[in-house]
Amino acid sequence: MSITKTFATAGRVLGQLRHDPRTVVLLFILPPVLLTLFKYVFHDQEKVFDNIAPMLLGIFPMIMMFLITSIATLRERRSGTLERLMTMPVSKLDYVLGYALAFSVVALLQAIITSGVLLYMLNVSVAGGALATIVGAVAAALLGTALGLFASAFARTEFQAIQFMPAFIFPQLLICGLFVARDHMADLLQWIANIMPLTYSVDLMKQVTTAADWTSVHTGDLLVVLGFTIAALVLGSITIRRQERP
Amino acid sequence: MESAIKINKLSMLLDGRVQALKDVTLEFQAGKITGLIGPSGAGKTTLIRSIVGLLKTPSGAVRVFGQAAGSAGLRNAVAYMAQDLSVYTDLTVKENLMYFARMKGQSHRQAAVTAQELLKMTDMADKASSVVSDLSGGQQQRVSLAVALIGQPKLLVLDEPTVELDPVLRSNLWKLFHQLADNGTTLIISSHSMDEASRCDDLVLIRGGEVLAHSAPDKLLEKTKTHSVEQAFLELVGQ
Repeated sequence: MSITKTFATAGRVLGQLRHDPRTVVLLFILPPVLLTLFKYVFHDQEKVFDNIAPMLLGIFPMIMMFLITSIATLRERRSGTLERLMTMPVSKLDYVLGYALAFSVVALLQAIITSGVLLYMLNVSVAGGALATIVGAVAAALLGTALGLFASAFARTEFQAIQFMPAFIFPQLLICGLFVARDHMADLLQWIANIMPLTYSVDLMKQVTTAADWTSVHTGDLLVVLGFTIAALVLGSITIRRQERP
Repeated sequence: MESAIKINKLSMLLDGRVQALKDVTLEFQAGKITGLIGPSGAGKTTLIRSIVGLLKTPSGAVRVFGQAAGSAGLRNAVAYMAQDLSVYTDLTVKENLMYFARMKGQSHRQAAVTAQELLKMTDMADKASSVVSDLSGGQQQRVSLAVALIGQPKLLVLDEPTVELDPVLRSNLWKLFHQLADNGTTLIISSHSMDEASRCDDLVLIRGGEVLAHSAPDKLLEKTKTHSVEQAFLELVGQ
């Protein structure tokens, strides 16, 4: 592994984003716009919006990062650039961590902008404060990046990559406790929810919303999310092959 | 003369059904340009990918500079230009060269020098700041070639490098290939164009996954009593 190659890869990915201003605008503008839309959907139920908005902050960045990463890496696999890199003295982890690093930077900026809009423009009160909110949002975005990297290995076309979002993310979204408290769901679904990463991401944001201090529950949720992220990155790097079978 | 590549009884079945290579045994001389000539679907790309180490070789052996093809020790010595562009079309020419140079282990400063040299060598200096997707097909092809030239590899494997290039550029590139060979680089260049065969030091004619002939162009013509590589090819396939 080489840290300079990881940084060079991160720089290259960010350079590609720089050449695509429309994507940059969508990345940073879409989550705050969607949150604002929700605010007015729950116009007469401010309390409901105040409760779910921070959790959405953990979901929107994750979904966007999942889509962007899975399509970006699929493009690399299909265009031959990844194959070319694999003929060079580059470790698979350099490549995967380069992507993770680049999208961490994007996730951080996105989280700062979205949290700022949530806390100071939409006036949602989050007991845990701005920093904890940003930490939760960045962790969720990183999870999306790692899952996107992993999922791209199973897609052959962009159409398939997009379909993986309903396949990988939607079921988690339904059972993570956002719509219905988990202990009200069927036992089997509760059990499945307990082994899904989004459950812990949403849980973390719930904790941030309700608790003023950072507790061991926060740390536990954060560690689970980071654990899933690292596992998905490692699995993602394993799916990259230097040699194909004929 | 020292051999750069030794291929022994290489057979390859693609997707478990298409016989891409049949019992191929070849030796490629170091510091020479070997043309891999044959029609589309002849097995040229499969052979090239086996040499570069991108394809596993369940049957037979491919050794490059004494090591198994695809070995970690060969990654700085071998460069490959595929038929696909295999460059970042949303980055500029210079950004591509800088990035791939960094991936070959060069420092930022070294990479900048390498990029300048390669831009000059491939006649792309005036396009350094152009985004690759804005370039013509031939120019994009040269960017891909420039990436392959990073780090002065000992073995350069080029899959149809002169497709879409105009005759002047093609001629210039062949001059460059000969300069590289004169400096000790071993080049394998695949082409389905028989016209390019005469520019090579050595020829491997391939069809249906089988090697029809392996010799210098003049010896091939002498042996087949023909006047062009195309006629020699037809003679060898019995037409």
